[in-house]
Amino acid sequence: MTDPILSIRNAVKTYGKINALDRVDLDVADGEFLTLLGPSGSGKTTLLTAIAGFAPLTSGTVSLRGKNISGEPPEHRGFGMVFQGYALFPTMSVRDNVAFPLRVRKRPKSEVDARVEECLDLVQMNAFADRMPSQLSGGQQQRIALARALSFKPQVLLLDEPLSALDKKLRADLQWELKALHDRLGVTFIYVTHDQDEALSMSDRIVILKDGRIQQQGDPETLYNLPRTPFVADFLGKSNFMDLTVTAREATGLSCTIGNAAFPVDAPDALAIGERVKVALRPERIRLAEAGKEMLSGTVRQVSYLGERCQVIVKHEELGEILVSRPTWKVGVHPEAGLAVSFGWDRDACVVLENDENEAA
Amino acid sequence: MPRFSDKFRYWALVLPALAIMIVFYIWPLLGIWVISLNEPVVGLGNYAKMADSNAVKTSFVITFRVAFVTTIGCLILGYIVAYAISNFAGRVKPLMIALVLLPFWVSVLIRSFSWIVLLGRSGIVNDALRGAGIIDSPLRLMHNEFGVVLAMIHVMLPFAVLPMMANMRGISSSYVDAARGLGASEWTAFRKVYFPQTMPGVMSGALLVFVLSLGFYVTPALLGGGRVLMISEYITYQIQEFLNWGLGSALSVTLLVATALVIAVAARFVNLRSALLERG
Repeated sequence: MTDPILSIRNAVKTYGKINALDRVDLDVADGEFLTLLGPSGSGKTTLLTAIAGFAPLTSGTVSLRGKNISGEPPEHRGFGMVFQGYALFPTMSVRDNVAFPLRVRKRPKSEVDARVEECLDLVQMNAFADRMPSQLSGGQQQRIALARALSFKPQVLLLDEPLSALDKKLRADLQWELKALHDRLGVTFIYVTHDQDEALSMSDRIVILKDGRIQQQGDPETLYNLPRTPFVADFLGKSNFMDLTVTAREATGLSCTIGNAAFPVDAPDALAIGERVKVALRPERIRLAEAGKEMLSGTVRQVSYLGERCQVIVKHEELGEILVSRPTWKVGVHPEAGLAVSFGWDRDACVVLENDENEAA
Repeated sequence: MPRFSDKFRYWALVLPALAIMIVFYIWPLLGIWVISLNEPVVGLGNYAKMADSNAVKTSFVITFRVAFVTTIGCLILGYIVAYAISNFAGRVKPLMIALVLLPFWVSVLIRSFSWIVLLGRSGIVNDALRGAGIIDSPLRLMHNEFGVVLAMIHVMLPFAVLPMMANMRGISSSYVDAARGLGASEWTAFRKVYFPQTMPGVMSGALLVFVLSLGFYVTPALLGGGRVLMISEYITYQIQEFLNWGLGSALSVTLLVATALVIAVAARFVNLRSALLERG
């Protein structure tokens, strides 16, 4: 990465005996939309809090454009911040909330007024400037919190689960808006969430955390298609896991046998014949057909109709229950419980995983 | 189980307390209104006498001045205590709240006598100062407004701390974090973001202390030593020493009306309902 705007080196944060952050290194590129994704207790909020300066790291450094800011109080760091629950000041009008960061910076009144208008315009909330926060809906409050965080033109915007309190439809709309805003302003976004849809739909890069450590990072497509560990494969989207044995080495790669059918698998060459591998397989990569048409056969256990998609659980003798997810209009068969079906997948559908870091340790 | 209407249930729940209030409070209160108007003769004579009396005027001025200074003192000290308990205490928090409530377990009478022991001519404070050679003759620390206000602040402090603490407990720390994250210093974040949110608690604490102080008797009587005559003590004099029931009742009625006026004025600035009933 050339010239990161923000660098975190060897960040450790301990609460008593618990390591909330365990030797985390992270570089954030200028203008990037970076998402910290993880389940609760993974350390994602701790990391954001450390970047913001609310809770200093036990050890390690945070640098902004090469300058160590680990010891600086939050007000000297100059980051914009959107809080979970928004934290709009209840005693101030919308206008005064948005003006707050400018007023504490003692900017001239004319500049404050112009900038407040500009920011409210950015989130399409001009009509609400004189309301109090308590008179706004959750989605409106969210927009004001965003306008307030952007009003003083910060280089970096920190967002702590900003959409988590909103209903699903509104959340989806605001995802588009946030992404568009990011692309328009060129500000660096560091976004914390536990919601994989938010992470996938907006981020340039996702950093997946677990137990205070970075599990894997990369752009959404790479992470989704090439998860390295079972945790990542399961946390980002759904996966079927299979323990297979490498049975043959062919010109095109390795193959594994399930029952009496041989399956090609894209795997590192280092794997030897006879070795056990853990493989992840996305439910939407599995084809479903009438009995006998694909290589493996099984029985439909359960069907869940979701409108655009249809999820089918197929029971296979050796593999157990396999989740298949197909667009409803091309399921391949009309599935119902008890029906005998066949299924299969393309060679690049299977991803060979490493063991979870924690299991290995 | 028989089915009663909601209205019946409501009155059945309210009635016992209401009956006691009517028999032992409202009825005697009305009696005082009546006495003030027909003792010793029927008419507004008591009120006219009261309006002419310089002693009564002085007493009212003293009463309001003492109540006002006490309120200010309680707010300043109480705010610091409430803030410290709400924002820092951690594990010792229950202990600190218990310490605020502790004075309630000791009677006001005893607390006031303790102040006499401290502040008297040969009290502990004067003895200590003389012993240290700081003063030659004892300071007058009581039997004046200073002593009264000092002891009143001590007695009233919990009434200021409790509503402010309840109010502060409801304020999330994320507001101050947000203010600092957006560039405000600690002091600015407190002044612009935290303090305005504590105003309802401050107002209800102020009202509580002020109204209680207006009618306070024991502490001013003991520490004033007859020289700081607040209205309630003045009323006692009229009735016990001079058996002047008419004037005493008229003074009581006037104090009641004055207190009601204070509450009415306060209600213009404070939402009493939310300040006193819906805490936290």
